This record gives sequence, structure tokens and C-alpha cells, in this order.
Amino acid sequence: MIHTKDLSKLYNGTTVLNVEELNIPKGQSFGLVGNNGAGKTTYFSLLLDLIKPSTGNITNNNVVVDESEAWKPFTSSFIDESFLIGYLTPEEYFYFIGDLRGQNKADVDALTSKFEDFFNGEIIGKKKYLRDLSKGNQKKAGIVAALIGNPEVIILDEPFANLDPTTQIRLKQILKNLAEKQGVTVLVSSHDLMHVTDVCERIVVLEKGNVIKDLETNPATLKELEAHFASGAMVSQEEE
Amino acid sequence: MIKHFLNLEWKQYFRSSYWQKNMALNILLVFFALYFVALFLGAGFFLLPALKKLYPEQDPFVVANSFMFFWIIGDLLMRFFLQKLPVMSVKPLLTLPIKRSTVVNFVLGKSALSFFNFLPLFAIIPFSIMLILDDYTTAMVLTWMFTMIILVLIINFLNFIIEAFSAETELSVLPLLVVVGALYALDFFGLVSFRTLLGDALIGVANNPIFILIPIAILGACYWFNAKLLRSKLFLDSSLKTKVTEVKAADLSWTKRFGDIAPFMQLDLKLIWRNKRTKSMLPLVLLFLFYGLIFYPQETYQNMPFFYAFVGIFVTGIFLINFGQFIPAWDSSYYKMLMSQNIKYEQYLRSKFMLMIMSVVILFVLTIPYVYFGWKILLAHFAAAIYNIGVNSHVILFGGSFNRKKIDLDKKAAFNYQGTGAVQWIIGFPLMILPMAIFGISNWLIGFEAACAILAILGLAGIVFHKKLMKAITQRYLDSKYKMIDAFSQDS
Repeated sequence: MIHTKDLSKLYNGTTVLNVEELNIPKGQSFGLVGNNGAGKTTYFSLLLDLIKPSTGNITNNNVVVDESEAWKPFTSSFIDESFLIGYLTPEEYFYFIGDLRGQNKADVDALTSKFEDFFNGEIIGKKKYLRDLSKGNQKKAGIVAALIGNPEVIILDEPFANLDPTTQIRLKQILKNLAEKQGVTVLVSSHDLMHVTDVCERIVVLEKGNVIKDLETNPATLKELEAHFASGAMVSQEEE
Repeated sequence: MIKHFLNLEWKQYFRSSYWQKNMALNILLVFFALYFVALFLGAGFFLLPALKKLYPEQDPFVVANSFMFFWIIGDLLMRFFLQKLPVMSVKPLLTLPIKRSTVVNFVLGKSALSFFNFLPLFAIIPFSIMLILDDYTTAMVLTWMFTMIILVLIINFLNFIIEAFSAETELSVLPLLVVVGALYALDFFGLVSFRTLLGDALIGVANNPIFILIPIAILGACYWFNAKLLRSKLFLDSSLKTKVTEVKAADLSWTKRFGDIAPFMQLDLKLIWRNKRTKSMLPLVLLFLFYGLIFYPQETYQNMPFFYAFVGIFVTGIFLINFGQFIPAWDSSYYKMLMSQNIKYEQYLRSKFMLMIMSVVILFVLTIPYVYFGWKILLAHFAAAIYNIGVNSHVILFGGSFNRKKIDLDKKAAFNYQGTGAVQWIIGFPLMILPMAIFGISNWLIGFEAACAILAILGLAGIVFHKKLMKAITQRYLDSKYKMIDAFSQDS
């Protein structure tokens, strides 16, 4: 589904991302982990054509993303709060996204009604603007908006951050369900190793822009990841 | 502490992407500043001989003072639209060990160093020199000069008080109009002659230097009141407080008839209606409908037809200019999302275009009553409206692709009362001056009807080539996509 080839991004001569090859098959739930500055958000931004690659490219369902816009109808994303329109209510925002993705109000209502649990009664029918919602509730609205219009690829940057524990658990179920039952390719990044190992079939570790681990998730993965990141902490301690 | 603040200000100014990318605009601003300095210097030096000539039997010093009332009114009006209280991001400072009063005093002190306060000095000081050379007592002139400087500062702080109150009301210009209108009306109808009152007061102070304590006291009171206002805004809860506004949803289903651009039109209408910054623009638009009343009733302007075109462009295009020049910055806070969504750029731009066109048509219809002053005015306004639709709308959309300054609609910056400044007006100038020049020249060379026809033909040409122009403009936006995303994701 998503093929990355010789991709790199440089800012003023500093390489922030350098991926030789990365293939994500259709229907895979894919997790990206790494410390700050590892290149997770850069990779997602390249995937959404928000920044221009220095070399190489990403192909999304046979569409080269920085050459054509044909990937947009089947790709949706929620990167951060800047994806929300503050002066709309959540419902209006959902309908707006629905309009852009060819869904009428009834379609959108049908979809959002499935997430009543997830919203926990704090989103729909509250007559509040998105800008007045708390960070966590904004995130909930943004994540659900990314599910509108039956996308085949969903990209979520740090979806677990700012959410309360109950919502985190519900979100994990939603994401698993999407990949396993509906064949949606889900790309998630997170700092929380436990959440990613729970949700993702495959986990890639980025460090300073390079892929340094590519793991199929199994019961030992969490331990392995913890050991990896802990060793980084140990090394820096010794250096001091 | 002040040193730290100045350091922060310096960095904020010179490190903003806006400054670095808008050298041309900065140069233009400096140019305008120099122009006004020259103008005031000229006025300062030539006022005395001019007054002597115009009012040979009166004391020119007394005459000058009697005009001070109009100067104060004019200055207040001008400052309200052009001068803003310096914005300072206070939130990061609140948790640091800094006294609140230090922050307040710094902000107010900084405002005293505004260009608007220095400008009058360029007239006051030369005028004083001329007075001394003209054998007025040096002591008296110097006292007068200091009184004037204090007066300038009083106006400075008075303006911020007015702005603070105007920010609380829905119709932001109303408090100012009430104050200025009341003062002017009282004077005009001779109920209280502020003109002579103020003139006598100024002369009185000049003759008895001890009375200078009165303006100083007024200045102190204005400053104290400002400080009080600001202090009350300096608490975390007033900037963090989620002022939850109940949503007032209007029925916008009528936009459906515009087909594929309907979602964007609905979004734009909500944008305008639900954000303070855009909403404060609307009463201004209606207010400027009456702009023509300043000129048309006067005989002098009846014989200057190029003024019709100017008023026409201005009145029918005021929304276009105010709204259009911030395309696409209005959407800057969620620009990333729009760019990753399944949208056609052309539709997005066409929605903005339609909105501007509609505003021109509506404003033109509202200006039809000007026909009272002659059919020529109506004709010129009609030509100007077509020019706005065909030419200015495309120009401003094209100009938008150079827009790199983010507008933060959500943020209620603690001291940011309105969010419009001098820059906004300068951008509008070429849009108005060019058609006025075209009209004026062709009116002078050929005639009035021909001038109207030329403006209208230019506009019609723009309408005919609309599709082609939009394509070129859309391409421009696509080409600068990455740059815009990058600029809009930076803060200030």
C-alpha cells in the first residue's frame, strides 16, 4: 500500500529523516516509535505532502504523493490540534470533513453515532466550539473526523497523548478493529511503548532519522523495545 | 528587568518570519513615516507665517491654540484605527518572579515611545522656535511646548482607554464615535465651545507655568486608569478562562445553490461571524458606506469627478480589501488540515472570490441612494463596482499567495484589542489609487462617460477571463504550498 524509497529530508544540511526502503502492506497496523527528533512527525508530514522530500519519494497506493493529489480521497489523518477548525462545533466540523469526502449528513451521523462511547457524551450536542473544548476532547473529535469517508489509510500522530485512560483503551479497540476487520492501513506514532505494542502488528523504531529496528509484534516485543530505549538512557548516563 | 523585556521585544521583532519576509512592506512603512515627518516639519515652520496672512488682525498664537480641539479629535480618530497597544505575550511571564506592575509599566511605557507620539513633535518644536524668533517670550513658549507634549501623551493613553472599552462591545467603533461625536456636536452647536475653552486653557497655562500641573495630573490619571485596566487583565484566569459561548447556528442551506463550493462558503461565513477579529470588521464596512457623505455635499468635490471613482472603489470594495488581503491567512491555523484533505484548491479560492463579489454587489446596491447627489455619481460607482469585481478581486487573490503571516483566530492575546493596524491600510492603497488614476486621466483626456466606460471595460475584461485568471492564481498557490504551510505553522 505505502512504499517509501530512498526518502530523505534535510534542513540546512542536517538530515532529519533518511529511509532507504519501507513497505507497509494494505491492512497492516503500523507503529512508529522513537525519541523526540527521531523523525516520526517528519515522516508523516512527508506522507501527507505537507513538506517536500529532499530525495526519494513515497508512493501511496501507486500514487506518488508529491506529484499527484490522487491519494487524498482515500487517505485521512489527524496530526495535531491545528487540524481542527476552532470556530466550528464538533458536529459542523464532522459535516465539513464529510462534505469534502463526499459524505452526506446522514452518513456522517451514522458514523459518529458509533462512537458515542468514545466521546463519553462530551462532544456531540454540547453546543460548544471546538476551540472551547479541552485538549483531550479536541483530540477525540479530530481522531473521529479522520475516520469519516471510509479512508483506506489513516495516519494518527501521537493519538494517545492527552487522552484519559478510559479513552485510551477505547481508542486501542477502535484502531485494532479498523485494521483487522476492515482492512484499513493504520499508521500510528507514539511515545507509549505499551500502547503501540498493544495496537500494532508491526513496529518500526526511528532514531535520528534512520530506521534502526523493524519488528513483528509478539509477546516479547515490549520487553525488547523497553530494553532498547533503556540502553539509550544507560549510555548517556555513562557518558556523563 | 526592563533590560530583559527590551531584549525579548527585540528578538520577537527581528526573529519573526513576517519581518524577514516582508522587507518591502517595512520599507514602505518607513517611507510613509518619513513622508509624514516631512509634512509635519513643513507645517511647523510655515504655520506661523500662514496664520499671520490668513488672520492678519488676530494673534496667530491664539488662533493656533483655538484649532487644537480639532487636532485632538482628529488625532484620536487616527490613533484608534492605526495605533494599537503594544502586544506582549504575558503568559510565560506570569509564573516567573516578576511584579505585575513591572509588566504593566513596561507595556505602557513602551506605548509612549510610539511613532504617533513623536510625529507631533516635528510640528510642535519648529512652531515653538518660530514663535520665539517672532519675539514671543521664551519662557511662555517653552511652557506651551511642554504642555503640548503632555497633551500628546494624554491622547496616547486616552486612546487605549477608549480601545479597551470598545473591545468589550460588539460594535467596536461605537464608543469612539460616541465620544468624538458628542464632543464635536457640543462644540458645533455652540453649547460648550471647546474650541475657545481649550484654546484659552492652553494660553492660560502658557502664561502661568504653575497651571501645567493640571495637564500633568490628567496625564497621571489616564496612566493610572490604563494601568488598572491592564492589571485586571494580567491574571492567568482571564486569559485561560474558557469563555464558553453558546453556539448560534444560522441556517446556511441557501449556499447549496453554489454547488461544489458550498462547504467552503459556509465555512467562510462562519469564520466571519464567529471570530472577534473578523466580526469587528463588519460595522466598519457599514460605517464606510457613509464615506461619500463627506465629499458629495460639498461644492468643491462636485467638480472633481475622479473623486467619484475613488469613493466608488472604496465604498463598494471595503470588504473586498479588508477580507481579501488576508486570504488565505484566515485559514492559517488549520491550513495543514486543508492541504491534506480531499479538496480542490480552485474550489477553495472560488468560494472566497464569490464572497467578495457578493459583498461588492450588496455594497453597490446600498450606495444607490447617492444618486441624490447626481446620476454621474451612480454611474461612476457602478463602473467602480465592476472594476472591483473584475480586477481588484483577482489582484487581491493573487496577492494572497504571497501571504506568509499567520492569523491566530483562537488566541485572545491579552492586550490585543482589535488586530488591525497601519499595515492593513497601506496594502489597500494600490487597489484604490490605480483605478482612481486611470479614471482621473481618462476623464481629463476624453470625458466623464468615457472614463466610466474604461473602468467598466477593464472590469468586464477581468470577468471574461475569470476562468483563465483563476487557473493562473490557483497555480501560484499550489507552487507556494510548502512555503505557506511552513510559514503558517510558525508562531508570529
